Amino acid sequence: MAGEISDAIIRVRDITVQFGTTRVLDGLNLDVKRGEILGFVGPSGAGKSVLTRTIIGLVPKLAGRIEVFGVDLDKANTAERRGVERRWGILFQQGALFSSLTVRQNIQFPVREYLKVSQRLLDEIMVAKLGMVGLKPEVADRYPSELSGGMVKRVALARALALDPELVFLDEPTSGLDPIGAGDFDELVRTLQRTLGLTVFMVTHDLDSLYTACDRIAVLGNGKIIAAGSIADMKASKHPWLNQYFNGKRARAVVV
Amino acid sequence: MNGNPTLERIASGNGLALCAAGSWTARFAPVLERLVTDAEKLGGSRPNIFIDVSQVSKLDTFGAWLIERLRRSLTEGGIEAQIAGLSANYSSLVDEVRRVKAQPVLETSAVTISGMLEQVGRSVAGVGGTLVGLIDMLGAVLAAAGNVVIHPRGFRLTSTIHHLEQVCWRAVPIVVLITFLIGCIIAQQGIFHFRQFGADIFVVDMLGVLVLREIGVLLVAIMVAGRSGSAYTAELGSMKMREEIDALRTMGFDPIEVLILPRMLALVLALPILAFLGAMAALYGGGLVAWLYGGVDPEAFLLRLRDAISINHFIVGIIKAPVMAAVIGIVACVEGLAVQGSAESLGQHTTSSVVKGIFLVIVMDGVFAIFFASIGM
Repeated sequence: MAGEISDAIIRVRDITVQFGTTRVLDGLNLDVKRGEILGFVGPSGAGKSVLTRTIIGLVPKLAGRIEVFGVDLDKANTAERRGVERRWGILFQQGALFSSLTVRQNIQFPVREYLKVSQRLLDEIMVAKLGMVGLKPEVADRYPSELSGGMVKRVALARALALDPELVFLDEPTSGLDPIGAGDFDELVRTLQRTLGLTVFMVTHDLDSLYTACDRIAVLGNGKIIAAGSIADMKASKHPWLNQYFNGKRARAVVV
Repeated sequence: MNGNPTLERIASGNGLALCAAGSWTARFAPVLERLVTDAEKLGGSRPNIFIDVSQVSKLDTFGAWLIERLRRSLTEGGIEAQIAGLSANYSSLVDEVRRVKAQPVLETSAVTISGMLEQVGRSVAGVGGTLVGLIDMLGAVLAAAGNVVIHPRGFRLTSTIHHLEQVCWRAVPIVVLITFLIGCIIAQQGIFHFRQFGADIFVVDMLGVLVLREIGVLLVAIMVAGRSGSAYTAELGSMKMREEIDALRTMGFDPIEVLILPRMLALVLALPILAFLGAMAALYGGGLVAWLYGGVDPEAFLLRLRDAISINHFIVGIIKAPVMAAVIGIVACVEGLAVQGSAESLGQHTTSSVVKGIFLVIVMDGVFAIFFASIGM
């Protein structure tokens, strides 16, 4: 791991997570810098989603410390925790849209709960967010079960962005999207980072995303971060899994 | 950095400058909306207005949209409105919101009397459809059963046993407990009131006939509808939601044969067993109360019971059980397969599975009562 980074927005120290007797994360350290897009990769089942869920507090940890926006989440009281939760947005792997609410209500839900604004502004913001993720306002009154897989992802991103968070967690955002859609998505994440100063923590398997969208890449293996750095660092790495991942057949196709 | 947002008005010649400052972000959205709504009313007062955003320390989608909305509504009022002082960082954000087409807010339909009447009408008209659906399912289940008789390899024994365990074996404690208590209550009430006529002993007749003919099976059927009917609907419904049933169908399996037939069979076997156990528990409870509260000792109770009831009473009760089980199962499966994509829909169909199941069980009981009365059983 690189040394202490002064303006880390997420600081993870010595995290250990265990399910039964299986140790998934074993003394893991990770820093995410303010304003960067961090791509998080690793073999399937290595615990990428587990780390994400541990940081956002859905999985209990055995040991370690997690700071988000400089707040230690274990020591934070309810109000502090809520303050942190308001400043992050999360895109779950399956979208996790509320199935009994329409797209409009899904996107407006966090806004309505946290801010006292008029229905008119709610609707306008909803249309703006839909536009940002590349959807037409016509889908606003559909239910999640009436959307395609890619649309579900986009609506879920729009909901994650509804309160203009400073930090977003994206769990495999481009899986299940067509290559053009995935490319647009990467472009969108880049634009949002540039315009909103967003910090993005992105779990992904998409090599294109890693090349085009991510500033930095962290690799998870054996419950620890085995490497972190730019795409060039990854390609130069001698680690067998990294070598295969970044210099394999599919990786070469991306570069060409 | 996190200063409260402001929108100052500074007159300049025959124009007006609106100087935005502070943090124009979601956190301050309610304040921002008020500022902008007030400023929108300036329309018509000046020929041109500058919106100066150079002092804005922080801007996000909310702030950018509100500034854009202000510009638009001023422009619509015939005013030359321009945004000035936009930093390079934020210009792409403003470009992004500029593409937003303001949409008229959709009115959510209010509750009206005619709307409620329409709902009632639709529900009544839906009854016919429901009946057709039930008969359709009954036919499909019978066809699948026939198929299994011809090709016994298609029969899912493991699945049937599994469901039998769920709906029968695991239901025994609660069914026995509740029917025991009901037996106790019937006996207590009977003794209490019959004692006034000195007819204590007739409580045994009442208990025997009531429990064996009606209460035993009806009560158990209602419990099973609440316990297993709802479970069937929820299981099938969530399988439907996750496209598991579609997956089964595409692999060349008939969901009726794989999922529904074992469940139906388990229920049809379970209900007579549970009804029998329930009747025994109720008689036991009634006997216990008759002895302890009414002073009818067990020997006298059994003697009286033997005189009061015949095998007919028992047959009348138990013959209803499989039919009621079939009704509960059919309703539960139809409702389960009717679940749409949302969690709300799953809840609605589970509710209506139990409600319809219990209703039809009581209707069936009435039909049976008329039938047995007319054949003199």
